[in-house]
Amino acid sequence: MNLSAHPRAKWFGLALIALALIGLPFALASVGTAWVRIGNLAILFVFLSLGLNIVVGFAGLLDLGYVAFYAVGAYTYALLASPHFNLHLPFWVILPIGALVACAFGVLLGAPTLKLRGDYLAIVTLGFGEIVRIFLNNLSQPVNITNGPQGISRIDPFSFGSFSFSKNETIFGLMFSGPIKYYYILLAILLLAIVVNLRLQHSRIGRAWEAIREDETAARAMGIDTTRIKLLAFAMGASFGGIAGGMFAAIQGFISPESFVLVESIMVLSMVVLGGMGNIWGVVLGAVLLSFVPELLRYTVEPVQRYLFGRTFIEPEVIRMLLFGLALVLMMLYRPAGLLPSAVRKRELTKAAE
Amino acid sequence: MSAQIEHAAGSAALLKCTGLDKRFGGVLALAQVGFSIKHGEIYGLIGPNGAGKTTLFNTLTGIYPCDSGGFTFAGAPLAGLRPDQIAARGIARTFQNIRLFGNLSALDNVMIGRHVRTGAGVFGAILRTRATLAEEAAIEKRALELLVYVGIAARANDVARQLPYGDQRRLEIARALATDPKLLALDEPAAGMNATETLELRKLLERIRADGTTILLIEHDMKLVMGLCDRVLVLDYGKKIAEGPPREVQRDPRVIAAYLGGVPAGGGEAA
Repeated sequence: MNLSAHPRAKWFGLALIALALIGLPFALASVGTAWVRIGNLAILFVFLSLGLNIVVGFAGLLDLGYVAFYAVGAYTYALLASPHFNLHLPFWVILPIGALVACAFGVLLGAPTLKLRGDYLAIVTLGFGEIVRIFLNNLSQPVNITNGPQGISRIDPFSFGSFSFSKNETIFGLMFSGPIKYYYILLAILLLAIVVNLRLQHSRIGRAWEAIREDETAARAMGIDTTRIKLLAFAMGASFGGIAGGMFAAIQGFISPESFVLVESIMVLSMVVLGGMGNIWGVVLGAVLLSFVPELLRYTVEPVQRYLFGRTFIEPEVIRMLLFGLALVLMMLYRPAGLLPSAVRKRELTKAAE
Repeated sequence: MSAQIEHAAGSAALLKCTGLDKRFGGVLALAQVGFSIKHGEIYGLIGPNGAGKTTLFNTLTGIYPCDSGGFTFAGAPLAGLRPDQIAARGIARTFQNIRLFGNLSALDNVMIGRHVRTGAGVFGAILRTRATLAEEAAIEKRALELLVYVGIAARANDVARQLPYGDQRRLEIARALATDPKLLALDEPAAGMNATETLELRKLLERIRADGTTILLIEHDMKLVMGLCDRVLVLDYGKKIAEGPPREVQRDPRVIAAYLGGVPAGGGEAA
């Protein structure tokens, strides 16, 4: 905040961050290409968390079925750019379509749940997430739309004409692998999303969301059409999920209903809560942490145990869940509003302690 | 039955209420209530606790549907409108148990009040079009003006729920005024205020009226009601028992009986 008093320091800081972001994929690639892919997935999770943050953080509507929109976006992309229906639309056409379809699903979920609050809303959204997944699993008969549990494979990667994001390329003597190229386009889309989020938050609509979160009755009495504004939150959040889903399908080249289980919804929600509901930078931090730390564990837990004891006692997966649980408990005790809480949310969550 | 006679003859009436019934299960909270409020009036609504004053407010602002009868505001019926639509028509209210957006700043609270008179949507917000930026600047300017108007400009950036009680009441009024109301409905604005604060409030309400906003006031502070209101309506057990200028109503035996012990106003109320 006081940085704005020193514009030069601010620009210098921004330049440093930009440099770090530009150099990051090469640093990751030097460790292993797998890490670039992990970085790309982290960007997707940041994207998803930002979308969920609109619903949960801004408007205060607890959504446990958010992964459904991710799935809708992914399947939209897969169906329009794969041999399954033999359609091969370019990605810059499909991503907006995916956003629109997910947006429609957002309204579909939002409309019947408008009167619900808190736990009840959470349960209905949870059910919605499962319904979407089960549909994807079973829409292979009588007409094969989703190809059922086998999923859809050979999905087109992003490409501009002959420039494909899946191929390796050497430019100016630098080796750009597929994941590195994806990294840059994902990062660009993500930055755009962050700008959109920041602008939404500090707007008439953003204030209306805050008002609803704070006191719905008072918001209505002040002339806010809560029905419309809540649907808007669902629709906006869902669109973000839809775009993330499209990007996911393109990167992976293969999707199946298994990728869109309840745990994913909970994971994204945890990212939002860990980072700080309602604070865009907090949400970004939460998503990056929860994307990278489990992977770090995967690559360290086994070697460390082998080195110390000669064999593996505890599987990385077990440690992951153990630490995850511990982190949740510690967060609830010491930083209930998240690592980088939004000022407003912090006040809300410390109310009880006063 | 004693109700629904309109003496204001329509033309100057801003709000007209006829044959209003509101039932909660077997309880008749409002029975055949009727009155009309003229443009530029300060109209008081009094009665012992549980008389139905707040219920009347809630039916007026669309929070409860009424069972029969209803309101006509500025010539158009309000029946079936949602609270936000009623606010858009020009009725703004405050709440008996203050309902500010407690964790937001005072300024944000008032800016939210401008929502209904502004129109920037998602695309305007994302693209930051010139129209949106101009509207945002206008919202902030108007909100600051209103904070000055009610006298809490120094508190603009303070968190609403950390404001002193009296300032919270003022902030609620500023937020309501931000919706550009024709009728400002205040539910016990002086509750919990000391004598000095009440006096300040009275000046504020007189100024609001002088600036062209009609006021409907529920209040227990009889001194304030008697000094400020042009006419008052007295409710008891959901029925209208008297209506008229404060001095007349004060002498009405039914009103005296309703306020147990029958101390003519000025000495506070018994309920």
